[in-house]
Amino acid sequence: MARKVFVEVTAKFDTEGKITPLSLLWEDGTVYEIDRITDVRRAASLKAGGTGIRYTVKIRGRQSYLFYEEPRWFVEAKE
Amino acid sequence: MQRIILHSDLNNFYASVECLYNPSLRGKPVAVAGDPEARHGIVLAKNYAAKALGVQTGDPLWAARRKCPNIVFVPPHYDLYMKYSQIAREIYSEYTDQVEPYGLDECWLDVTGSTRLFGDGKAIADKLRERIKFELGVTASVGVSYNKIFAKLGSDMKKPDATTVITSERFREIVWPLPVSDLLYVGRATHSKLQRYGIKTIGHLAQSDKDLLHHILGQNGIKLWMFANGLDTSPVSNIGAKSLIKSIGNSTTAPRDLVTDEDIRITLMILCQSVSARMREYGFVCNTVQIGVRDNELHSYERQGKLSYPNRTAKALFQKAFEMYKLHHTSGKPVRSLSVRA
Repeated sequence: MARKVFVEVTAKFDTEGKITPLSLLWEDGTVYEIDRITDVRRAASLKAGGTGIRYTVKIRGRQSYLFYEEPRWFVEAKE
Repeated sequence: MQRIILHSDLNNFYASVECLYNPSLRGKPVAVAGDPEARHGIVLAKNYAAKALGVQTGDPLWAARRKCPNIVFVPPHYDLYMKYSQIAREIYSEYTDQVEPYGLDECWLDVTGSTRLFGDGKAIADKLRERIKFELGVTASVGVSYNKIFAKLGSDMKKPDATTVITSERFREIVWPLPVSDLLYVGRATHSKLQRYGIKTIGHLAQSDKDLLHHILGQNGIKLWMFANGLDTSPVSNIGAKSLIKSIGNSTTAPRDLVTDEDIRITLMILCQSVSARMREYGFVCNTVQIGVRDNELHSYERQGKLSYPNRTAKALFQKAFEMYKLHHTSGKPVRSLSVRA
């Protein structure tokens, strides 16, 4: 089980309507730049509870999932 | 050419969505419950853990707790269920444009024209289940057959997260031993009538004399006979098709019993205003108004009356509704629920 943490996200919306998250603001105030997005698909988060567009992102060399559960963004955090 | 019809049923839909959003509930007996303060205190849906202990949809909360003392009640979140239902339909619509919803959690799909693209009925059913589990985090049971009735029956046979195929070659051995009450449209009243004639299984129904069934159940008897014999030909409607509106009604269970005429008047007026607004929205007028009354001992009845001319004003609906109430509510018992239909 994981904690569902809603985060503030800075994203680019292109003219086709494609949304690319660029960075996220963690609850301790740190801004994490998203280095790379390796996958985008609709998926459920069984760990944190919810469903949305799941971005598989690389942040500082580590892979994690960032979910866009309209209209909010969340990540699965350790308890 | 034989059709390929799927029926997809999201397992324990409301309870599954609640358990997904609140992972600490998983594994515990859970029921989605109405608000007891507003006297809607019944079980609306339950998960398998609660079902295993005998909790049933419609149980009052005290009864559910007696069967299952550690049950967790959670309030419903309809906006979430609507959203999930919509996403599921979007998934279905990637496989066919013939998608017919049956409530929020069930849909029929006619995939006859899609098999060259996506594989046979079972392959599509398995793919749907896999996607629903991955994308929505809930499970589905899917029935695959050559008509809607058997597809629905198939989705009820194995739960959760399973595909059941009923072919025209094997339906007699799969379907006929099932109790007749499993067949769609065999409700409580029809079931008890059939029981009286010794018709206990779908097979008995299929092998019964059509004239006898007509005698017992009228036209419905013939329809059920056809269903039991795999002769249902009703089409799966196109996605976005609107069902034909035949009447418009509203009902309410009051937070406290309605005792005085003034209580009844206020409640009926609110209901009539809502019905009238919806009639204007859809451009209808009505000839007849029907009221439904349930008293505090849960005895209920319905009465209808004709308007002097076709109409849709809240005032006209109200006057007829209140007149019928005064005429028919002779017991004088406090009223728990009221409905108005036009």
